[in-house]
This record gives sequence, structure tokens and C-alpha cells, in this order.
Amino acid sequence: MSTVVCPECEAEVALDAGTEAGEIIVCSDCGVDLEVMSVGPAAVQLAPMEQEDWGE
Amino acid sequence: MQRRLKIGVLYSRVRVEEKWIFGAMEKRGIDYDRLDDRAISFDLEKPEPWQQYDAVLERSLSYNSGLYALRLLNAFGVPTVNTAAVAEVCGDKLMTSAALARDDVPQPHNVTAFTPEAALEAIEAFGYPVVLKPVVGSWGRLLAKVNDRDAAEAVLEHKATLGSVQHSIFYIQEFIEKPGRDIRAIVIGDRVLTAMYRTSEHWITNTARGGSGELCPITPEIEDICLRASKAVGGGLLGVDLVEHPEKGLVVNEINHTMEFHTMQPLSGIDIAGEIVEYVRAVASGQ
Repeated sequence: MSTVVCPECEAEVALDAGTEAGEIIVCSDCGVDLEVMSVGPAAVQLAPMEQEDWGE
Repeated sequence: MQRRLKIGVLYSRVRVEEKWIFGAMEKRGIDYDRLDDRAISFDLEKPEPWQQYDAVLERSLSYNSGLYALRLLNAFGVPTVNTAAVAEVCGDKLMTSAALARDDVPQPHNVTAFTPEAALEAIEAFGYPVVLKPVVGSWGRLLAKVNDRDAAEAVLEHKATLGSVQHSIFYIQEFIEKPGRDIRAIVIGDRVLTAMYRTSEHWITNTARGGSGELCPITPEIEDICLRASKAVGGGLLGVDLVEHPEKGLVVNEINHTMEFHTMQPLSGIDIAGEIVEYVRAVASGQ
């Protein structure tokens, strides 16, 4: 299991097995949304803010 | 020898639905590309990279990005799920209402106005409460239940002042005293695949807003209204939202063209992602 450092609060966040690039995970410490940029090596960045025309 | 089909999946984020769809593609050995809508560009003089696809499944989070991508793909002759024409209608509540009205599909009473003054007059004629909805938007955001004239004046002024120009298309809908739930049905082609009740103590019952799901039997009435609604907007792969109106019976509240199904798939036990992939494969094969 790989881990990343939350860019918001610097907590260590674990990536579950089967996590894919493009997925959104939530920092268990500060609750911010993180986008998985790659899984090998694991890298995340703050997820983009929801836009007005997003949805189903 | 028959050429192997090639599918594109246009997406913004890998949500659980996209993971299931990718998994269903891989399980079937389908040759597909993941197309991140933040990374792509369309050169009108070079459509060839896009014309390699026998079909593209659109799963963009942004309505505008998805819609314009579909328009370009369709202009290039690439079949898409759904088509640009369907996305145009379903992504805009007023266009959906117009299509439903044209085909006499039951829906809530709606009035549209283009200035705060005309909207206020229309609301007063309607009687309170009413619901104001942005014509483009989802997940139950920016819906306003307006209980009296003071609230109407405030909301209309806020929309006109703070919102984009699109918020000055005032879409006014009757407030329906629904039984604490609505119905989401998934329609694929000419089939109603499954349906669920979305229950919430809040007047907005969207599961994206915390509503919970319960399986809903597909009655002949539900099947009929869903298929008529689907036909009115052009058909395809659709999430039809129904409300049980105390006087009118079932009415169509909205129709989603890139529906989420993270609650529906485990609840129904139906492999919705697999059904979607089969539908896209059929479109790619020209069926």
C-alpha cells in the first residue's frame, strides 16, 4: 500500500489497493479532496473545485 | 476479417462509475481509450485521431465541455453516447420541459420569464411556494424554494445580480408536495433497466444531497412514462427522474444524460456499467 503526503495539511494518506489515476480521495485528517495524479509513484494534488455546470 | 471496435471514454474524474465502466470494458476485452477532457483538444482540420473511434461514451463532469466535445465528435461523424442533440436537451431544464411539453409527457407546471419583474409577476400568479431552478446545473444545487413575496424578491435580485447571464432565465416550477421521495429510473435504448426511490426528509431528494435509495418496482405506468420521456428527448442512455404528484400522478422532473449510478448498481444488483458498455458497443457496431 502506497502513501502520499496531503498538500493541505501534510498528513500521511494511504492509497487503497486498486486506486487509479484520476480518482478522488479524501484526506482522513483535514477532509480535503485530493486527485490521484499517478499511482506509480503515488502522487496527489488538491482536486479542482466543483464548477457550476458540473453534474449528471 | 472484421475490424476490431475501438471505443473512447471521455471523462473528467475516475469516479466509482468510471471504474466500473473501465472494468466492464476490460472484462469484455474491448479496445478502449481513456480520454481525460482536461487534456484533449480538437483540431477541426485534423479529425482523423477522433475518427479512429467507432463510438465515444461521454462521462464529462462539466456539461459545457461534454456538450461541445459531443458536437465536435458528431460533426466528425463519430457516433456518441449520448448524441450532442440529446445532451443539448437534457442538460438544460427548460429545453427538457419544452421537449416533454411538445410530446405531452406529464411534468410539473413550469413558467419561464426573462426579467426579475416578469418573474415576480409570474410567481405571484402561480401562488406560493414555488421552486426556482437554474436551467443548467445538477446535484440539486442552487434550487430555491420560495415561500413568500419577500423571499421571491430577494432570490430574484440575487440571481440577477450575482449569477451569470444564464441565471436570468428564470425557470419557475410548482412546488410539489411529494411523499418524501422521488424515483430515478435508468433507461437504456427502449428498456427501463431499473428504478429506485430516493428518500429524504429534505425537499431535495437527490442522493448527491444525502437522500437514500430503495428499490422501486417498474410498474407499467413507470415504464410507459420513462419510455415516452426518453423518446421526447431523443433516446439513448438516460436517468429519468420522476415525482409522484398528488393530483397529476407520475410526472417527469428531469432527465440526466450522463447519469451516476453508484447507489443504483449495488442496490439493484444489476451490472449497470456492463449494460452501458453493451449499449455503447451496439452503437459502435452501427446497431
